Amino acid sequence: MNDFASLVQYSIAVPLVLAFITLWAKSWGRPAVQIVAVTGFAIPLILALFAWMLYNPAEPGGYAFVSDLDTGLSIIGISLHLGLNGVSLPLFVMAATVGLAAGLYAAQSKAENLHRYLFCLLVMHAGLMGVFASIDIFFFYFFHELALIPTFIMVGIWGGRDRNYAAMKMTIYLTLGAMLSLVGLIAIYVKSGAGSFDLITLKAHLAQAPLAESIQNYAFGLLLFGFGILVSLWPFHTWAPLGYGAAPSSAAMLHAGVLKKFGLYGLIQVAVPLLPNGVSLWEGWIVWLALGNVLIVGFIAVAQKDLKQLIGYSSVMHMGYAFLGIAAMSVLGLGGVVIMMVAHGLTVALLFMLSTMVHHRTQTFEMGEMGGLAKKAPVLAAFFVCAMMASIGLPGPGLANFWGELSIFMAVYEFKNWLIFAIVAGIVISAIYGLRAIAGVFFGKESDEFVESQKEVSVVDMSWSERVPALILILLLFFIGFFPKTITESLNDSLELEPVYVKGDSE
Amino acid sequence: MPTEYLQQIAETNSWVAIGPELALGILALLLLALEVLLPKVAHGAIPRIAVIGQLAILASLLWGGMSDVGTGEAFGGMIRFDETGQIFRIFFLITSVFVSYLGMVSLDRKTLPQIEYFHILLVVTAALMLLAQANHFVMLFVALETATVGFYILVSYFRDTVVSLEAGLKYLIMGALSSAILLFGIVLLYGAGSNPALMGSSTDPMNFGNLTRFLSANPADTLGLLGMLFVLSGIAFKIGAFPFQIWVPDVYQGAPIPTTTLLAIGSKAAGFAMLMRLVDVFAPLGDWMYPLLSALAVLTIMFGNLAALTQRNLKRLMGLSGVSHAGFLMLGVIASRTVEWAGTAVMFYLFAYLLASIAVFAVMAHIDGASDSELSLDDLGNLAKRNGFLGLALAVGIGSLAGIPPLAGFIGKLLIFVATFQAEQYGLLGVAVVGVVVSIYYYFGVIKAAFFETWRFSEDEEETAEPVPGSRLGFFGKLAIVAVVAGSIVIGFYQAPLSSMLAGG
Repeated sequence: MNDFASLVQYSIAVPLVLAFITLWAKSWGRPAVQIVAVTGFAIPLILALFAWMLYNPAEPGGYAFVSDLDTGLSIIGISLHLGLNGVSLPLFVMAATVGLAAGLYAAQSKAENLHRYLFCLLVMHAGLMGVFASIDIFFFYFFHELALIPTFIMVGIWGGRDRNYAAMKMTIYLTLGAMLSLVGLIAIYVKSGAGSFDLITLKAHLAQAPLAESIQNYAFGLLLFGFGILVSLWPFHTWAPLGYGAAPSSAAMLHAGVLKKFGLYGLIQVAVPLLPNGVSLWEGWIVWLALGNVLIVGFIAVAQKDLKQLIGYSSVMHMGYAFLGIAAMSVLGLGGVVIMMVAHGLTVALLFMLSTMVHHRTQTFEMGEMGGLAKKAPVLAAFFVCAMMASIGLPGPGLANFWGELSIFMAVYEFKNWLIFAIVAGIVISAIYGLRAIAGVFFGKESDEFVESQKEVSVVDMSWSERVPALILILLLFFIGFFPKTITESLNDSLELEPVYVKGDSE
Repeated sequence: MPTEYLQQIAETNSWVAIGPELALGILALLLLALEVLLPKVAHGAIPRIAVIGQLAILASLLWGGMSDVGTGEAFGGMIRFDETGQIFRIFFLITSVFVSYLGMVSLDRKTLPQIEYFHILLVVTAALMLLAQANHFVMLFVALETATVGFYILVSYFRDTVVSLEAGLKYLIMGALSSAILLFGIVLLYGAGSNPALMGSSTDPMNFGNLTRFLSANPADTLGLLGMLFVLSGIAFKIGAFPFQIWVPDVYQGAPIPTTTLLAIGSKAAGFAMLMRLVDVFAPLGDWMYPLLSALAVLTIMFGNLAALTQRNLKRLMGLSGVSHAGFLMLGVIASRTVEWAGTAVMFYLFAYLLASIAVFAVMAHIDGASDSELSLDDLGNLAKRNGFLGLALAVGIGSLAGIPPLAGFIGKLLIFVATFQAEQYGLLGVAVVGVVVSIYYYFGVIKAAFFETWRFSEDEEETAEPVPGSRLGFFGKLAIVAVVAGSIVIGFYQAPLSSMLAGG
């Protein structure tokens, strides 16, 4: 057991334990529930920040905070093996940050049965922390599912419009994706002959005796489409905007911001290093489907009239960049994808939260029924403009998104230079819908419907309880934007340990 | 029958070894005696005595262990003691403890004689325990018939309701048919195996060991193959595998809830206890048997899941979902041909299925619907609001049946999948994956009915005092439900207690 391994263990265990205490705390009144739940979200962030500062692996880029626990499945080589490396650390910190923001926002919501809502959210958070801390690829999957199930429940019970339909559709799509990726993981386990689900053991074993190309081919295919469905790869994306449209905002923040990164993380950390030939075999598929994400979904996003749906589609669209970065197979591209995952997670969570705040003021998500909100709520407008700019990737080096997208674009240019045209078109598309959304919601003349609704609900600016979660997200976004080196150094070290990524650079 | 054979049986009698079964039989008789001896007012205590007795036997099995008895054959090769048999004994006892509890809940609502129910239940359980250890076709058949005849009565126990009687009749006819088929297969095997003209024949070919020796000497014997086919058909009836699953929904629906539970868990597990032992016996015929089992498994999974999709009656839904579970379990049995630990996977799956099914049936027993055969998804409406405890139990049970992490059912499915993959049965695995995805739809339907639909008719209709589900949940009821729910959750996270028991015997 390494030093400070308990940092990682507790960041998973604390939300899980406090989730049950939240149920208990109902009898002590609403404030008790809120305090317990927020503690459950705050402690993982504190632990994650400590881990970030203390990260000092034995070899550059290796795993730190390693611990191992046998849960009783050693018969098929499964044990709870936890630890963080340069790839998982930034995502771990991001998950903790988004979790606290979502938790703070959820704790003050007016949801019915608040204690149960927070219970689901805390269980989900425990799963999220576990996903990025697992070295064992079975538990990596297990924690993902642990986080996924509460999402369905939250959509079904506390969701908005079409919640039954959305919950059912999400469940079936995501179960299919999860089953495909599970079969893919089992394929790696059985075919490698390493007798273990442990990522480090598997890597060492497969470095000696790589799998036959035909096996790599179908195993990677299973993982690509399994993870792809979870990441809303075109044309399997239709669950995402619908689900996020219906989901309560905190659940949407955690799912779109953090949980969806599971598939990409799985490709980077598991699929590509273990199946190094897989990407070249499936390259054509990845590129064309990713272009579907960027262009087709991009145009669909432009046509949206509903603010929340627009954010949902824009989040699907950005996943296309990530797939292109993975297809490029270089340290630069992969590093870019990881930074983008962190930045996108923070941004999309922020956007979902802000759009719900807009909804509280305008009583609608229809952008045609808003307008001129900036005069009434200038702080909200400032936050929203900032988040939307970050999402587009526009404002230069100030925000984390820029670094991610820039590295991906450079890697993609080296990979296939004609793709850069599609990407530039994508940026223009996102600028169109992003700026139109800003203009439609915050500037211009107030629409008749908005004037009408103000008679019932007077519009006030963001309160401090709304500002705090937004600030948490935006601070990390700026911090990584100004000091990208704080994560890129260890990220580079970790990626350079993978021969398959380094090879891509030398070509 | 030659006298020396009987003598040999008498010499190898070891009554201690079947102590638990004997104890159950004595307990069953004791219940009847108590009914006569005790005054009417004290009759309520008799089911409790039954439960306490079973718990004591269970404890002696768990902690007394079989170390003093050892493994090996007894009663002239009629019975063989091994770890799998021991685990099945524990399995059946746990089942019957919970079924007794459900029996107390369900029978309290009726004005029917109660004690006989527990009496028959105990006899059936003892028969199932013997069945799991049978090493001889005579033993197997006698134990099986003892259990089946008991089931005929238990299914039609609510003799004041038509559906229960109808289900009993259906089960009687179908059960008699399947027994006949099984017996026909046994006779064919006996005839083939005792033919002195063939190599490896013996005077006692119904002993599993002798039969295996005979079959491996004559793997292409037509009578042997036909016999295997008929025997497997008889077993397919027990586990509810395609094409012998037709009785399942009707009988499950009509039978009283505790009997349905026993059918769903005990009868199915008994089928698998036989199947797991017989695939070893028929191993020489593997090239015929495994393709047959594979085809049956595929059809079973698909039929169970597709037929359950549109089902709104809860008991029929559980029956059809049970059919698909039989298919998943068969995958494990098929994998055990090449994968050594696949038997452990099957056992793990069965235990996970036990915990989850008990949770669901217990919730059903506590919902006051029109009558227990008409329980439908509509009766679950707003269950989560009306009784959060039962809602949670139902969610955990259904989730575990659906194989949703982090519950025990998921680990069971994982083990089966890994075993199937290791056995290189990719086609079967593909079907299983499709089956799981399809099954999400109807399991989700149950959850939706209990949790999501907040809209009800009650606005215009008179506010009749809606029966509060679970009003009869006593302390022990809660304890039983908490035990299975906590079991499902804990084993989902930390499998060591169960896996070490399965590995250690």
